[in-house]
Amino acid sequence: MIIENSEVVLSVRDLTANVDGTPILKGVNLDVRSGEIHAIMGPNGSGKSTFSKVLAGHPAYEVTGGEVIFQGQNLLELEPEERARSGVFLAFQYPLEIPGVSNLDFLRVAYNSRRKAQGLEEIDAFDFDDLIEEKLDVVKMNPSFLSRSLNEGFSGGEKKRNEILQMALLEPKLGILDETDSGLDIDALRIVANGVNQLASPENSTILITHYQRLLDYIVPDFVHVMANGQIITSGGKELALELESRGYDWVLEEFAAEVGV
Amino acid sequence: MTIQVSPSPNPNSNAVSLTSALLDRDDYLTGLLNQVIATKTEGWLQDLRQSAASWVRHSTIPTTREEEWRFTDLSSLRQFQFNVETQSIQTDISSLTLSEAANSRLVFVNGVFAPELSAVAHLPSGIVVSNLASLPVVEQESVQQYLAQAEGAQEVFTALNTAGITDVAVVWVKKNVVVETPIHLLFISGETATISQPRCLVVAESGSQVSLVEEYTNRRGAESAEEEGVYFTNAVTEIWVGDNAQVNHTRVEREGAEAFHIGKTAIAQARDSRYTCHAITLGAKLSRHNLEILQTGEQTETTLNGLTMISGKQLADTHSAIALNYPHGISKQLHKCIVGDRAHAVFNGKVFVPKPAQLTNATQMNRNLLLSSKARIDTKPQLEITADNVKCAHGATVSQLEDDEIFYLQSRGIDENDARKLLINAFAAEVINQIPVTSLREILLNTVNNLKSISLDS
Repeated sequence: MIIENSEVVLSVRDLTANVDGTPILKGVNLDVRSGEIHAIMGPNGSGKSTFSKVLAGHPAYEVTGGEVIFQGQNLLELEPEERARSGVFLAFQYPLEIPGVSNLDFLRVAYNSRRKAQGLEEIDAFDFDDLIEEKLDVVKMNPSFLSRSLNEGFSGGEKKRNEILQMALLEPKLGILDETDSGLDIDALRIVANGVNQLASPENSTILITHYQRLLDYIVPDFVHVMANGQIITSGGKELALELESRGYDWVLEEFAAEVGV
Repeated sequence: MTIQVSPSPNPNSNAVSLTSALLDRDDYLTGLLNQVIATKTEGWLQDLRQSAASWVRHSTIPTTREEEWRFTDLSSLRQFQFNVETQSIQTDISSLTLSEAANSRLVFVNGVFAPELSAVAHLPSGIVVSNLASLPVVEQESVQQYLAQAEGAQEVFTALNTAGITDVAVVWVKKNVVVETPIHLLFISGETATISQPRCLVVAESGSQVSLVEEYTNRRGAESAEEEGVYFTNAVTEIWVGDNAQVNHTRVEREGAEAFHIGKTAIAQARDSRYTCHAITLGAKLSRHNLEILQTGEQTETTLNGLTMISGKQLADTHSAIALNYPHGISKQLHKCIVGDRAHAVFNGKVFVPKPAQLTNATQMNRNLLLSSKARIDTKPQLEITADNVKCAHGATVSQLEDDEIFYLQSRGIDENDARKLLINAFAAEVINQIPVTSLREILLNTVNNLKSISLDS
C-alpha cells in the first residue's frame, strides 16, 4: 500500500555491478517506502536476479559503483548475514537443498540470530516449536516438513513455501522475492501469494521480481518497474503489468531506445 | 560350546617351505619384532606367537610400490624406534568413559590391561568381557579356537601383533543372549616412543546380539594441549558373528597428532548374521584401517559406515574388503571423508561377488568433502562381480563446500564460519547419527564441531 510520507526503507542510486568482470547492472535507481509492494519485471538476462543478489550480498557479484541505503545504513558495507539480521530477506529463485541440516534446527538458528541482532534473548527449542506451529499456517505447510533435511527432496512448490515460511518467521523489513512464482502450479502459487499477502503490512515492504504477470493477479503491486539491460527503463502502476502481458516488452525497449537516442 | 563360525586353517601349517635366505629381510621390522616378542607367555599362546613371529621374519614392511600401499608411505615410520611398555600407567579416564558402558568397560593402557580402570563386575549373565589372562583355563581354551584364526593372519602387521600378544580383550556372547548394554573397549596410548599392540577377540554365538565400542585414543583425548609424542599403535580385532547373530560395532580412532596407527578389523559372518560397523577416523599423523569381512554362509547383512575427518598433514587410509561367497547377501557401505589443510585421505573399497554369491545386493558409496585446495583424496571403489544375478551399485563423489550453500545460510543471518560448520557437521552427522550409543554420538558431534580443520581456507 502507498502511504503518504512513509519512511524510505531502501534507496538505490546509480548501482552498477559486475559478474566475472562483465557489467550486468548499469545504473539502477529505485526508492522503496514502508508499506509498498514493488514489482520488477523484465526479459530474461535483464539483470533482475542480479539486482536481488546484490542487495542480499552474494559474494560472486561485484559492486562497481553507486550506493544502496537501507534504513539509513550503507547496505553495501554489510556482510550478507548482517543484512539479513538488519531486516533484508531474499526468497531464493532456487532454494538450496542442504542434506543433514534439519529444517527445524535451521529455522531456529536463523530466528535466534535475528533476535540476537535485535538485542533480544534467544528462544529455546520448546518455545520455538510453538512459534513455528503458528507460522506454518501462513503457507499451509505440514509439520512433517520440519523434521526433514532443509529442502532436501522437497518439490518446487514445497521449497518456495519453505522460503515464505522463513520470511514469516524472520519478519523482515524488506522482503525480496526472486521469481518465487516460477515453476509453480496454480494451487501452489495461490498458497505462496496468500502467504505473502498475509505478511505485507504498513511496517514492511516487498520487492517482487518476476517474469510473469500472473503473479501480480494474486499479489497486487503498488508500482511496476521494467528492467532491461541492467537498468530500470520505465515505471508505472499495476496497469503497466497488464500492458506488458498483452504487448510484450519490445515496445518498452523501443521507446527507451528512442528516448536515449535523442 | 557349539559355534557355527568356522575358523580358517592354521596359518603356520604352510610356513615351512620358505628358506632361511628370506628371513630377516627387513632390519627395521626385525627390530620391532624383537621388541614385541621379548615378553614371554606360555603354552598354546606362545606357540601361536612363535609361528606368527616366523611369518614376520619372512615379511617386509610394505612400500608404496605395492598396490595396496600405493598412497600410504610408511618410510616415515622407519625413522622412529619404539619400545614395548610392560606396565599400565595410572591415568585419568573420566573424559573418556561412556555413561552407557559404565559397568561394561575394558581399558588397556599402552597395550597393558588396566584392571583399576576397567569395570566389568556387574555384567549381565551370558556375556564374558575380560582380558585373556583373567579368564579361567577352560575359557582360555575356547579363545584358542578363534584367536588369530581369521583370514589374512599372515599379513605383516597382523602377524606382528599376533607375535607380541601377551593379553587380549575378549568379548564372548553366549548363544541367544541379547546384551543391551554396549561394551566399551578402550585402548589408551600416548607414551612417547612406545609401540602398543591392542588385540580384541569378539565371539557372538548363534542368535546373540551385542553392541561394541572399540576406541583408540591418546591419554588425554584428541584435544590435549600437551605436546604430542610419537608412538605406534598396531591393533587387530577379530569378530566372529555366529548364525543369525547381530553385532553392532563402532570403531573410533582418535590417536594423538604425531601417532602412527595401523589397525585391522577382521570379521567372519556366518549365515543369517548381521554386522554393522561405524568406523570413525579422526586422529594420528598416519593411520591405516584394514576392514575385512568374510561371508561364511548365506543371507548375511553387512553395513559399513565410515567417516574420516582429518586436517593438518594427516594421512588416513581406509581399505575395506567384503568377500561374499554365498547367495542372498546384502552389503551396504557408505564411506565419507572430510579433508582439510594439506591432509590426505585414501579410500579403497573392494567388494567381491563371485559366482556362488547369486542374488547379492551390494551398494557402495564414497563421498568426499575437500576443505582446502591442498587437501587430497585418492578413492578407488572396486567391485569384482562374476555372479550374474545380482544387484550392485557403487559411486564416488568429491566436492567442496559450495559458495551458494554458504550464501544461502548467510542470507538467513547465520555468519560465514557458522554456515561452514553447519554444512561440515551435516556432512559428518550422516555417519555419526547412526552410532547406537547416545553419549558417544554426542562426544563425536562435539569433537567434529571443534575440529580446527573447519577454519577458513582463503
